[in-house]
Amino acid sequence: MAQYIVRRILIAIPTLLIISFVIFAILALAPGDPLAQFALNPAIPESTRELIRIQFGLDQPWYVRYVKWLTALAQGDWGFSFGTRGPVIDLIWQRLPQTLIVVGTAYLIAVLIAIPIGVISAVKQYSWFDQVATFLAFIGFSVPSFFTGLALMLVFAINLKWFPIVYNSTLNLAGWDGITEQIRQMTLPVTVLVVQQTAALTRFMRSSMLDNLPLDYVRTARAKGLADRMVIIRHVLRNSMIPVVTLIALGIPTIFAGAIITENLFRVNGIGQLLITSIQNSDTPVVMAITFIFACLTVFFNLIADILYGVLDPRVRYS
Amino acid sequence: MRSIHNVWRKSGALALLLILIVPVLAACGGQPAAAPTTAPAAQPTAAPTTAPAAQPTAAPTTAPAAQPTVAPTTPPAAQRGGRLKILYWQAVTTLNPHLATGTKDFDGATVILEPLARYNEKDELVPFLAAEIPTIENGGVAPDGTSVTWKIKPGLKWSDGSDFTVDDIIFTWQYCADPATACTTKAVFDPIANVEKIDETTVKITWKEPNANPYISFVGPNGMILQKKQFEKCIGAAASTDAACQVANLAPIGTNAWKLKEFKPGDVVIYERNPFFRDADNVFFDEVEIKGGGDAASAARAVCETEEVDFAWNLQVPKAVLEPIFASGKCDPIAGGSFGVERIVVNFSNPDPALGDKRSEPDQPHPFLTDPAVRKAISLAIDRKAIAEQLYGPTGEPTCNILVVPAAVNSPNLTCNRDVEAAKKLLEDAGWKLNGSVREKNGVRLVVSFQTSINPLRQSTQAIIKSNLAEIGIQVNVKAIDASVFFSGDPGNPDTLNKFYADLQMYTNGPNNADPQQYLQGWTCEERASVANQWNGNNDGRYCNPEYDKLFEQLKKELDLKKRAELAIKMNDLLVTDGAVIPLINRQTPNAKVKALKGPTYNTFDSNVWNIASWSK
Repeated sequence: MAQYIVRRILIAIPTLLIISFVIFAILALAPGDPLAQFALNPAIPESTRELIRIQFGLDQPWYVRYVKWLTALAQGDWGFSFGTRGPVIDLIWQRLPQTLIVVGTAYLIAVLIAIPIGVISAVKQYSWFDQVATFLAFIGFSVPSFFTGLALMLVFAINLKWFPIVYNSTLNLAGWDGITEQIRQMTLPVTVLVVQQTAALTRFMRSSMLDNLPLDYVRTARAKGLADRMVIIRHVLRNSMIPVVTLIALGIPTIFAGAIITENLFRVNGIGQLLITSIQNSDTPVVMAITFIFACLTVFFNLIADILYGVLDPRVRYS
Repeated sequence: MRSIHNVWRKSGALALLLILIVPVLAACGGQPAAAPTTAPAAQPTAAPTTAPAAQPTAAPTTAPAAQPTVAPTTPPAAQRGGRLKILYWQAVTTLNPHLATGTKDFDGATVILEPLARYNEKDELVPFLAAEIPTIENGGVAPDGTSVTWKIKPGLKWSDGSDFTVDDIIFTWQYCADPATACTTKAVFDPIANVEKIDETTVKITWKEPNANPYISFVGPNGMILQKKQFEKCIGAAASTDAACQVANLAPIGTNAWKLKEFKPGDVVIYERNPFFRDADNVFFDEVEIKGGGDAASAARAVCETEEVDFAWNLQVPKAVLEPIFASGKCDPIAGGSFGVERIVVNFSNPDPALGDKRSEPDQPHPFLTDPAVRKAISLAIDRKAIAEQLYGPTGEPTCNILVVPAAVNSPNLTCNRDVEAAKKLLEDAGWKLNGSVREKNGVRLVVSFQTSINPLRQSTQAIIKSNLAEIGIQVNVKAIDASVFFSGDPGNPDTLNKFYADLQMYTNGPNNADPQQYLQGWTCEERASVANQWNGNNDGRYCNPEYDKLFEQLKKELDLKKRAELAIKMNDLLVTDGAVIPLINRQTPNAKVKALKGPTYNTFDSNVWNIASWSK
């Protein structure tokens, strides 16, 4: 097992290097200019923009920039953002709490809702409950977040005025007022995310349960006279959870990546919003840092998912 | 026995999952989460990770200990105070205006920093740090245009309690004059030969060559003055790379009515009262908040429908969306002045791909757009009124001029009503005969390619123009290019507006200060974009008219403001009547405020929040 882990980590290193290289190349070759906003501003002539490009190191060929970026990173320096002219890593630390609290809460709620729904849907397959759950899951799958987001905003924030549409990241969470306000402003973005994530997880849970229900060990358990509830929870659910747990583990990196559309829509100052504005402004160091951290997390949680799989399922052996 | 074993195994696995996930969440979540909650007061800009960085931002908080003696007495009016909430759909990323990357940064800095003078909504100068506006009459401006002398208000203080001096002005020039600092505002400091201290409140700026616009430097958003003490070590590359300078860029000390309380770059800025402000007694709001992000349409809703914010910036939303929002009656739109003129640039060079490297070079004349009749017919056929009314609504009005601001140079001489019959006749008389639905002459067909950036408003405008021109027998093939390419100036990309590999193109541009010289230079022969200058010339249409160049030379030498305005109007009229460029819409920055808020005005040459210190509710 230990040997397996070491080998996987060693494989991860070149994988990450290749990922970083590809992202860097794509960013470097894509058109764009951090000062594009000023393209036509006569007060900021091309000569000034050229000076700024030199200051940002953009006058060098991209492969030279890549090597520089990598060596700086090896020393723990993520570079400075073209937009704030401050360290990139500070920006990410500033954004992470909002993303974790909004996207993380949504993920947690989605998991907590999806598993029971999936189980009941499978056990009472084709029942009234199952039909409704399936219908809702398809809606959740197929309606994009920018639509649900806008619709919820229009109904609950603008018409009913139950929730604010401007997210306030400076609330003082020490008192009850702050916490209530935080919950109020989180409700809509969290709902949008929950609708989407629950849909996927429910379907997964349901099909995993359906795979297990007709198996021999279930019949044996029933034959031994165990209560139905016991059979489902103790035996079927446990075994059905194996692929679902790996799926949940693989989804954790996406919490850190934030939710680009939802965050932007509700003005949640999370990582997703930082990523999209940085892409729009060609703020390469920030985009590089976020995508690379995301790549690292994905590789890491992939490894965890694989290990968990072995631990949960004794039939799987690593050598 | 066996099942117990399995239970053990599986709970172990779940425990392992938790053990692995929890520390990751905690490590990532815990540290930064602590920053905003436990210490919301001063340091959020000081990175939670870098400890030494905290010092410079902490410094100003120590000074106001002296407050009681200097600070104003308690505000008289009971309603005074509270927080002014401003919403921008682009978020402020830096508070150092000289390193700004967008309007939002200049506006964010405006709440803290001040220049010597600012433009008001009527494009007149209003003294801010200056005691008065220097003119030739009061002896401030040298009659030969070689220098300008400013007097500053006496007794000015920075928000840390130290004195504002002439040295700070000199320093700001030195800071941006160094190319390595890479100031975005460098161009306004370029004409300066020297800035010298005459006495404690007087400073003299000497120009490299006689300058007709003495107010180019230290005025408006590009001229905000930094504190020498804070930025002294930040000249050159250190401005962006040094840790202390990075902190200073996010927390400048200023002279305006508020100072920084909390700043999350790319998200929100919160300002609190500056007790050392010269007119602190008359400042209404205790705090100001500028929140960024989201989209323009929901920003309009936040001010007009939910009233969560008091002021929202630049609501560039299609008329069909914006008007119902405004109709709620809870807010006032603020639009006026000019954010630029949406125009069609005519290509005087030949963009035919068959020419290869010579494509769109100035020495390759266009096969039919060099015929004035065709250019004038296009201008006559376009329905500006329909474009303005159906698409722009409160965000733009039709215009016949390419130079519309300041009011003194807005030509009253031209009309541009739609006249399809006249356009047809022009083409007919010039020998362009209908062949099917498209006109032609000597085998040259009037088929034009028309490019612009991707933007719903522009694509709708393209569609209207396409049908307008079809009526007079000109076939239009439209093309839309991603804005980040179109405006990039990237010499490696064929789709930039600078290369202009099309017959017509549409975008917005306008002068950025009250003196139009720099803007009008964009139609001189010398400025024609070509391979030779890496397409950096501002004349993307490759228009070249010796008569225009002669007027421009005259303008360069003329120092009398009235005569300059006359010349500028003449040049505008020449450009438009000659069909060098086809002006369409005077675009305005459509801001909105809640009804109760008093003070905001539109502004052409300065920040939208230029007079924020006088806003009240």
